Amino acid sequence: MGKVIVVTSGKGGVGKTTSSAALGAALAHNGDKVVVVDFDVGLRNLDLVMGAERRVVYDIVNVIQGEAKLTQALIRDKRLESLYLLPASQTRDKDNLTPEGVEKVIAALKTAFDWVICDSPAGIERGATLAMRHADVAIVVTNPEVSSVRDSDRIIGLLDSKTLKAEQGERMEKHLLLTRYDPLRAERGDMLKVDDVLEILSIPLLGIIPESMDVLRASNVGSPVTLADGRSAPAIAYFEAARRLNGENLPVTIPGEKKGFFGKIFGRKAA
Amino acid sequence: MNFLRIFTRSQSSAPAARERLQVLLAHERASVGDSDLVTKLRDEILRAISKHMQIDDDRVSVKMERGAKVSTLAVDIEIPFDADKKTKKAA
Repeated sequence: MGKVIVVTSGKGGVGKTTSSAALGAALAHNGDKVVVVDFDVGLRNLDLVMGAERRVVYDIVNVIQGEAKLTQALIRDKRLESLYLLPASQTRDKDNLTPEGVEKVIAALKTAFDWVICDSPAGIERGATLAMRHADVAIVVTNPEVSSVRDSDRIIGLLDSKTLKAEQGERMEKHLLLTRYDPLRAERGDMLKVDDVLEILSIPLLGIIPESMDVLRASNVGSPVTLADGRSAPAIAYFEAARRLNGENLPVTIPGEKKGFFGKIFGRKAA
Repeated sequence: MNFLRIFTRSQSSAPAARERLQVLLAHERASVGDSDLVTKLRDEILRAISKHMQIDDDRVSVKMERGAKVSTLAVDIEIPFDADKKTKKAA
């Protein structure tokens, strides 16, 4: 049985889609079978970020409405054999996603893949709650910015109340992925520091993605940043985050932090 | 421009962001978490009272206030002057 991960955030534009693609590719890099599911019905962008926009024939709504088989809608990545994409519909609206349909699709994907990564739409509406409903693990993507942190707090509340896990009285495993972090600005005191965000949201840290031109460059050419340039700073950060997701106990290095002798030895405890 | 800013820069802004967030979220966590409960209570209280009296839905306020040790639930229902008569007519 595969693990279902939801990549979510309250606010839009913080890097959910970028992170879904990058983490999906990083996990598939080891040979794990990964499918990245776009839940943003009506808008869809994951296909574009993954460079598969011209290969979409059927989408998740077609599958749910019985117009296509799941295997017909899945798009295999051209670079990685074990990476797949289930695109969202561009033309229909989010009401076409039914709770029963989503449940069926996720159940089917779980049996066939090691990882099912659900790229959630922004906000707290139906689409977002459906994306998180069947998740085993949640990744909350946050920018070091007041509006993003506040909305993340709200989403954490929803994860603890509106998911299947929560309803069954279990605790949802949640991780924080801090994106667009600029160590220089944080050092100057003009950006919330990692510790500030961690203290406010109090969920374990999965990784810090530094602000970088490489992220934009990768999405321009339609490639997950972990595949576009595997040695760029954001790619390394995503690869490490993927290893932590896989259960490895890897310390998180805060970009730009000058480490003392002891810091180098002990590092920071990760999620 | 940048050169000038080094000297004119006032205090850093991150501590302000942190403080505002802490205050705001402390408040929001208390209220948002219970919004469901308050709505449910409101509906059920309304239903119970409207069995015996005609009341105006808009003139009811249910407020939950959380204190450190004691929380209070304040229910404020405005009963129209002729509420009693109307119910009798309806019945």
